[in-house]
Amino acid sequence: MTTLRIDNLNVSFSTEAGPLHALKNVSFDVPENRIVGIVGESGCGKSTLINAILGLLADNGSVDGGSILFEGQDELTTLPPSRMRDLRGPRIATVFQDPMGALNPVISVGKQMLNIQYRSSLSKEEKLNRAVEMLELVRIPDARAALARYPHQFSGGMKQRIAIAMALMMEPALLIADEPTTALDATLEVTTIELLKDLQQKIGCSVMFISHHLGVIAELCDDVVVMYAGEVVERGTVRQIFQDPRHPYTARLLECDPARQSERTRHLPTIPGEIPDLRARPAGCIFANRCDRVSDTCSAPPPDKDIGNGHIARCFVADIPVETGVTA
Amino acid sequence: MSSDPILKVEDVQVSFPVGGLGRKSAILGVAGVNFEVNRGETFALVGESGSGKTTLARAVNGLQEISAGTITFEDQRIDELDRKAMKPVRKRMSMMFQDPVGSLSPRMTVGDLVTEPFRIHGIEGRNLRDEAERLLTLVGLPTSFASRFPHQLSGGQARRVGVARAIALDPALIIADEPTAGLDVSVQGEVLNLLNDLRERLGLAMVIITHNLHVVHHVADRTAVMYLGRFVEAGDTEEVFSAPQHPYTAALLSANPEPDPDKTHDRITLPAEVPSLLARPAGCEFHTRCPWTQSRCSVDAPERQVIDGRAVACHFPLEPGARPPEMEEKAAS
Repeated sequence: MTTLRIDNLNVSFSTEAGPLHALKNVSFDVPENRIVGIVGESGCGKSTLINAILGLLADNGSVDGGSILFEGQDELTTLPPSRMRDLRGPRIATVFQDPMGALNPVISVGKQMLNIQYRSSLSKEEKLNRAVEMLELVRIPDARAALARYPHQFSGGMKQRIAIAMALMMEPALLIADEPTTALDATLEVTTIELLKDLQQKIGCSVMFISHHLGVIAELCDDVVVMYAGEVVERGTVRQIFQDPRHPYTARLLECDPARQSERTRHLPTIPGEIPDLRARPAGCIFANRCDRVSDTCSAPPPDKDIGNGHIARCFVADIPVETGVTA
Repeated sequence: MSSDPILKVEDVQVSFPVGGLGRKSAILGVAGVNFEVNRGETFALVGESGSGKTTLARAVNGLQEISAGTITFEDQRIDELDRKAMKPVRKRMSMMFQDPVGSLSPRMTVGDLVTEPFRIHGIEGRNLRDEAERLLTLVGLPTSFASRFPHQLSGGQARRVGVARAIALDPALIIADEPTAGLDVSVQGEVLNLLNDLRERLGLAMVIITHNLHVVHHVADRTAVMYLGRFVEAGDTEEVFSAPQHPYTAALLSANPEPDPDKTHDRITLPAEVPSLLARPAGCEFHTRCPWTQSRCSVDAPERQVIDGRAVACHFPLEPGARPPEMEEKAAS
């Protein structure tokens, strides 16, 4: 079963200067038990996507079409708010970049972990045990004593692990993790990724992992979705994306990663040009103004080309491999 | 290396009071740091959030009072200067803050923002419109951007405006706090290239604060690694990266995730419990997480040793390619 199926989703915001199409024909699946990475620069629509899934779009935002199907039964785009509230938390959990935003600074960790079990029919004793169990799972030392402590008494890495423990406490079907490791150093980042992988297998949930750290994506994710200016330009397995990118944007993005440059260079590669104005999207390919493979055909909307084995790229010439200047 | 330090930081400490109601104490955000930045060079400060990088940068810029040590900039002691006396110094030493959009006033146009330093410092006799155009051109933005507001800029463009403000008064040193956080890799490259370009053209020195090791490797001449408010290691970037001598540096470098799904990792794993600044470990402060720790480490704090421009605070500096005893045992069995 597919945990989350997003099909042809369109989201726009009304602005003074006219409608802004933040997401255009976005389709991808988060299969059961898989970790799907979402890559894309700031402003490519990652946050809008998360908010659309959670039913938390700003007042001026609206879903203009398409579907978000959760666990094969709940259509999230039209779900009544009361049912959405039932799902948020117990079934769809989230972890954000800043764990302080998720933890209340003036309530002890234990009390917060009790509070979020308010739907459960367990006794207080059992709920506390459950909290201890979760803290141990995320490797908080001396978990029972930790319940009495306050968020500021933990380091940044520990706070993030507590936030993960709280998100997974109700054993959700889907965990949405939005840049959860950005604020951590490399050693803690790696520990957190390994922990997430481990917990995902133990709990058997699916994970949508948003990051622009390509190294983390490569290490953690099973599948990757590449977003650019509100469109999914390419998706596939982590190997398909990193080893055989078919959309020119993906290829250029991979080249730009300083981690791929083994030789020390003072001049890092970039993608020349700017993202088009989303209030006036071009009729054709969204990447055409920056693409080195552009041709006359690109003024028409490009198809989602199936390259095989679930690898799909929104490009006319996706069947031809893209030359990448640098190999991993 | 011939050194011509523009900035000299000696034994600097920054303490913050904590507690109250009769239980007052203080924690050291920066616990005695020494370094020099030479003219025209890029110096990187690496370390996790909370390790004291930003506090140190703010102390250098005079935004944060220090509790011990000295800071010398262009042969002038600046740590004792008051606000007024510090003002001219800030013309020579500018700061780029984290969160580029947040550090730009939403009600000012880009043109006003990039020329604000002239107004703050009361520099007259310049045509501000010309200056705005000159600065925008320098940072690679169209001059038409002068009439835009911050919310109309992308993340990368906002960063460029931040750079323009930082270079407006021809500084000799720029301190850039996480100049590329939150940017995707292509835009990150643009900003770093721009900074490097300006460094070369204008002969600037730069202090870059980041936790992205890949970035450091490419842009920094020298690198310092911070842990709990101290430098555990500092030296030539290439040397530090190829042969880290402090276990924390070695672990950081080995942990660095790389964009290759098939890469097998031979990682030095550390216990994830970072000690609290309220309860610094005795002896070497890294010993609670160090895979090489020995009995001496929990008692004796290591002195900073400087050999050939490489500073390390460790009783047992690592040989190149050293692996923790545990990993050696595993490999042998």
